[in-house]
Amino acid sequence: MSELASEKPSPAADAYTERQRGGGSGNWTIRGARILGGEARDLFIRDGVFVAEEVRGAQVVDADGLIALPGLVDLHTHLREPGREDAETVATGSRAAAAGGYTAVHAMANTDPVADTAGVVEQVWRLGREAGYCDVQPVGAVTVGIAGERLAELGAMADSAARVRVFSDDGHCVSDAALMRRALEYVKAFGGVVAQHAQEPRLTEGAQMNEGEVSSALGLRGWPAVAEEAVIARDVLLAAHTGSRLHVCHLSTAGSVELVRWAKSKGYPVTAEVTPHHLLLTDDLVRGYDPVYKVNPPLRTQADVEAVRAGLADGTIDVVATDHAPHPVEAKDCEWAVAAMGMLGLETALSVVQHTMVETGLLDWAGVADRMSVRAAAIGSLDGHGRPLEPGEPANLVLLDPAASRTIEPAELHSRSRNTPFAGLKLPGAVRATFLRGTATVLEGKVIDR
Amino acid sequence: MKRHLLSTADLSADDATLILDTAAELARIADRPIKKLPTLRGRTVVNLFYEDSTRTRISFETAAKRLSADVINFSAKGSSVSKGESLKDTALTLEAMGADAVVVRHWASGGAYRLAHAGWIRSAVVNAGDGTHEHPTQALLDAYTLRSRLGSLEGRRIGIVGDVLHSRVARSNVRLLSTLGAEVTLVAPPTLMPFAVEGWPCSSSYDLDPVLPKLDAVMMLRVQRERMDQAFFPTEREYSRRYGLHAQRMAALPEHAVVMHPGPMNRGLEISAEVADSTRSTITEQVANGVSVRMAVLYLLLGGSEPAIGTENEGGAK
Ligand SMILES: [Zn+2]
Repeated sequence: MSELASEKPSPAADAYTERQRGGGSGNWTIRGARILGGEARDLFIRDGVFVAEEVRGAQVVDADGLIALPGLVDLHTHLREPGREDAETVATGSRAAAAGGYTAVHAMANTDPVADTAGVVEQVWRLGREAGYCDVQPVGAVTVGIAGERLAELGAMADSAARVRVFSDDGHCVSDAALMRRALEYVKAFGGVVAQHAQEPRLTEGAQMNEGEVSSALGLRGWPAVAEEAVIARDVLLAAHTGSRLHVCHLSTAGSVELVRWAKSKGYPVTAEVTPHHLLLTDDLVRGYDPVYKVNPPLRTQADVEAVRAGLADGTIDVVATDHAPHPVEAKDCEWAVAAMGMLGLETALSVVQHTMVETGLLDWAGVADRMSVRAAAIGSLDGHGRPLEPGEPANLVLLDPAASRTIEPAELHSRSRNTPFAGLKLPGAVRATFLRGTATVLEGKVIDR
Repeated sequence: MKRHLLSTADLSADDATLILDTAAELARIADRPIKKLPTLRGRTVVNLFYEDSTRTRISFETAAKRLSADVINFSAKGSSVSKGESLKDTALTLEAMGADAVVVRHWASGGAYRLAHAGWIRSAVVNAGDGTHEHPTQALLDAYTLRSRLGSLEGRRIGIVGDVLHSRVARSNVRLLSTLGAEVTLVAPPTLMPFAVEGWPCSSSYDLDPVLPKLDAVMMLRVQRERMDQAFFPTEREYSRRYGLHAQRMAALPEHAVVMHPGPMNRGLEISAEVADSTRSTITEQVANGVSVRMAVLYLLLGGSEPAIGTENEGGAK
């Protein structure tokens, strides 16, 4: 963390005092939770921090049969505010996050106006604090207006109250190699990371779905794997050359996994994420032309699904990030070609990971904690998240019931939008409680109004 | 038969044969002095066109009118660039109007599928061409034409030449002709050959000349001139030289083989005037057959199991 952190009051610390309304006093006894899926034991929380001894008068949560993980951290969330409050707001999106077990989300910069100035990132950050469901950490745009032409004031965003460390033009690729090089170099000054949406624009003009057997059959313009992989290949070499941190957003192809694996084997400063939907769904679903399956990057093939699962299991892929992308009904209730790209993810991510990674034996619960919290917090330079559930640490945690199962019902989601690709799917696991610095944001499976 | 006609992939050999046989029956009334049947009296067919295609619209309109249906032409503007009323809102309007069948031409692949399956409308949907996906009635009329020229399609060799990548006609034909037992060969430059074409029920070649002598029919696809600007091929002249059908090339076809084109043609690009106007060409025949095939489709989707042709007195119903 940079020196700036000590100069300003940490947002974590003063947000905490503000949050002593609703959701409990901050003193809790959590009875018999299986920590990271291991042995059951009790957890004690006093004033938002884990302590070794039970606090007299603390509220008790019966966690028999539940698993305790550090509060989840999403590196890739579209909260749509400012600009598209019809799709989502910071308040509704962070409620959805809490319901999904998250205690921190990174709000992507492609809002309207774009989060490319200190003013906008501070506004989003403040809205997150006011909502109080999770820490909303803004991501700053790399270029002005995410237009890919000149650098935004990255330093001003880094120095702002929002303390931006992750920069991304997500939705657009920083395709200009020289600009990408400069961005990588520049963010070194404040320990930043450039999160790249890897998509070669010329190879994906008018692209509608993964280029493959299905796109050919459906007559939809293909989105070749090489359009993603070519940019990743270039960027990992730029990361090596500049010695700066590159984070690869939502990689989706087997080739991308190979490239990141190679870059890591060379010791290059590269991290990567995969979305829940790319862990589970394939382009075969597009056959019905239902735009709920339209997403960027597109759903790929079964071989790609297997490759990203393997990459997540062996640590090549560092994190699961939702790319939660809410859209109003009319943006999806139309022809495929005019539909918006993107899917909801916050409230289903943990269940999808349980289904695709835990139940397949690819990850244990400690691995889930690592990929959905610990590493995400480290990449985002978020203090106080992704920490062990031990005395002295901030009490950010999620309790989940791995034996539960639920059928995903769009109407029951907390997001303002309904575009989940998992509607009607029966998925395992359910979040029973989420605590943000000792304040319950979810209890007994219900979001606590704040 | 299914409730909609969206893709030739949905047609079994029996379904397709039934449509072609029905079309043959209906073609006979074209020779009568009164070309009208009362079969679909009181039914409403809407032609919903998001793309200008006078020839296809007129063909469907003629077909519906010969079956005495009420026809409403609804030309909807709106593309990915200029958005007009949404497909959904238009569909709800048509539903309220009580359309029994909607014939839809849409610039977006899947437009007809969406209309049929999104739950907006209850009427039968006929795909009159959707983006670069399918154009099933064109394939049916091609099959009809081939059948009338060659007899059965079983074991017949059909070449489809040109911009296969962007061709809805090619997709529908590959699926239908293979279902009917024909052996299809696609010929295109590699840039205009679909990805993963190896998985299609046909063979493919980048070279036209070795394919021609084995064919019973060759279908030339329209090449849009703007493809050149997108670097799919270097020049029109080179395209024409490698993939165009001119008189000299036509001579390599077996004696009985026919030349087809779904129209509109670029004379001098994919087909020379001499070939287009030759006796081997079925191009005008295809237009006439289009009406019969579309009558058969509308009849089978809307008329159910009643006989297609009754006498005027019987009112077309039992
Ligand atoms: Zn993205």
